[in-house]
Amino acid sequence: MNLRTFLKEKLVPADIDQHVDGIRKMTGSLGYDPWGFNRDALKIGMTFVQHLYHRYFRVDAKGVDQVPADGPVLIAANHSGQLPIDGVLIGYALATRDKDPRIPRAMIERFFPTVPWVGNILNQLGAVLGDPVNCAKMLANNEAVIVFPEGIRGSGKLYRDRYQLKRFGTGFMHLAMKYNAPVVPVGVVGCEETIPAFGNIKPVADWLGVPYVPVAAPVVLPAKVYLRFGEPMYFSNVDMTEEEMTERVDQVKRAISDLIDEGLSERKRIF
Amino acid sequence: MNDQVKPAILVTGAAGALAQQVIRRLKRDYRVVAVDFREEVYLGPDVPSYRMDLNKRAFEDLFRKYRFQGVVHLGRILSSQESRMRRYNANVLGTENLLALSHKYDISRVLVLSTYHVYGANPFNPALIDESAPLKSAGLSMDLVDSVELENLATIYLWRYPHLNVTLLRPCNIVGPGVRNTMSQLLSGRRAPLLAGFSPMMQFIHIDDMADAVVTAFRGEATGIYNVAPHDWVSYRYALELCGCTPVPLPSIPPIVPRSLLKLLRLRSFPPYLMNFFKYPVIIDGRNFARTFGFEPRRSLDTIFRYYRENRDPV
Repeated sequence: MNLRTFLKEKLVPADIDQHVDGIRKMTGSLGYDPWGFNRDALKIGMTFVQHLYHRYFRVDAKGVDQVPADGPVLIAANHSGQLPIDGVLIGYALATRDKDPRIPRAMIERFFPTVPWVGNILNQLGAVLGDPVNCAKMLANNEAVIVFPEGIRGSGKLYRDRYQLKRFGTGFMHLAMKYNAPVVPVGVVGCEETIPAFGNIKPVADWLGVPYVPVAAPVVLPAKVYLRFGEPMYFSNVDMTEEEMTERVDQVKRAISDLIDEGLSERKRIF
Repeated sequence: MNDQVKPAILVTGAAGALAQQVIRRLKRDYRVVAVDFREEVYLGPDVPSYRMDLNKRAFEDLFRKYRFQGVVHLGRILSSQESRMRRYNANVLGTENLLALSHKYDISRVLVLSTYHVYGANPFNPALIDESAPLKSAGLSMDLVDSVELENLATIYLWRYPHLNVTLLRPCNIVGPGVRNTMSQLLSGRRAPLLAGFSPMMQFIHIDDMADAVVTAFRGEATGIYNVAPHDWVSYRYALELCGCTPVPLPSIPPIVPRSLLKLLRLRSFPPYLMNFFKYPVIIDGRNFARTFGFEPRRSLDTIFRYYRENRDPV
């Protein structure tokens, strides 16, 4: 018996086991997909995350049904909090919704594959190297893909810049248009307060080959997290200049900003 | 069919398990002439077999004598064998001579076997790499340069001389009975090294399926470059476990540690320059080949691993 089978048998409750088995997902004969996703690993991951989701971060998710039941879709959210906790929580919300749950894929930073254990574990849970080719192949495969158009500019931002959206890349819009994938905007409130960072030790980050090394408390604080899913936005696939493309990206950015405001206005206290 | 009426074809790499499977499938319809630079192999009374270097002048005599119509070029010194210079001479210069002779003697079908190693194991590789992706292995390891150069040559002939009808196949790991490459050696061992914390996704094709793929491509009309891999995937560690092989983790960071260790250990099945293939996935997309040639591998991953599991302790 290998470690994964052992952990699955010991830890995974029957309801998660049945729930994940009930979600349609294309995998090969041994339960893997080309990016390394593994159904049993996801069950183990969800067993841990359910406690984080319900008890630690007490997530309040609204509008998760806005994500279409099938077909390619890009779930675009604001990125924050140094660690990709926002991606994990959005993924869990979608995978556990009552009607038509989906197992989404999250695009992750390029340095993760070089980190032993971490890269492999993330891949098994469904996260994928953030490469445009990967994203394109996944949309062609009718997957729901979580993207953070701010990239590391978002996750590495300091506490004083919280809830200020950084520059959005246009790559996700090109792909959404090419694959006729709707964009579902998501506003994440609370992750900024999970690991508040007050500085970035750049020389150490350069030496380690990672995007940033934050000056922050070495703990993840139990901030209450609000996820606000907006209506799907459809963009026709027409030839356009990069300037026009930026206008479309700004529409998504505004939608995310409105959803963040909605979450912030509903928040009564941080913890 | 009478042997004199059958069209003659040349198959290189005859000492290898794959070539022998291919010859067995083709000899009913073709007069097969087998060549290998390593040894002269007996393949039955109806298959003339030669031990010959492809870059020697005497090689041309075979073209004069048999008037080949087709060439199946499977003979390659694997990256784990021989010295870099010897590999370069055999793989690159030998192939160059073979392609030049194919052009000179009006061959109408050329099939060249390459490898998925040409894509290189890079941490930023996307999955399902298609044929138009850049070949990065040359930049990562000098030991794989000959594989990329062989490809470049075949590609030049593919575009410059369309009448040669060159088809180039880039298969994933070929494994199964009789295969002696690095991956097959690892799967058949009692213990196999892996880099701690890394278990990249891999693809495996059974040697019988690969032989079918070569024959199907050779008989087909489409030319060009094709990945050959089943649409099925498994992590390296799980593959080892399914073969009944105990994974032995080697320290993996910083990269200098495993590289020095592998240089010291001099494992034939786990050479230092293939190290990154055990760290980062190189998952290729074989669907274009499957669509173009109507090919579907018939042996599952389970069948492949069962073979290694059950033949670990032969009676």
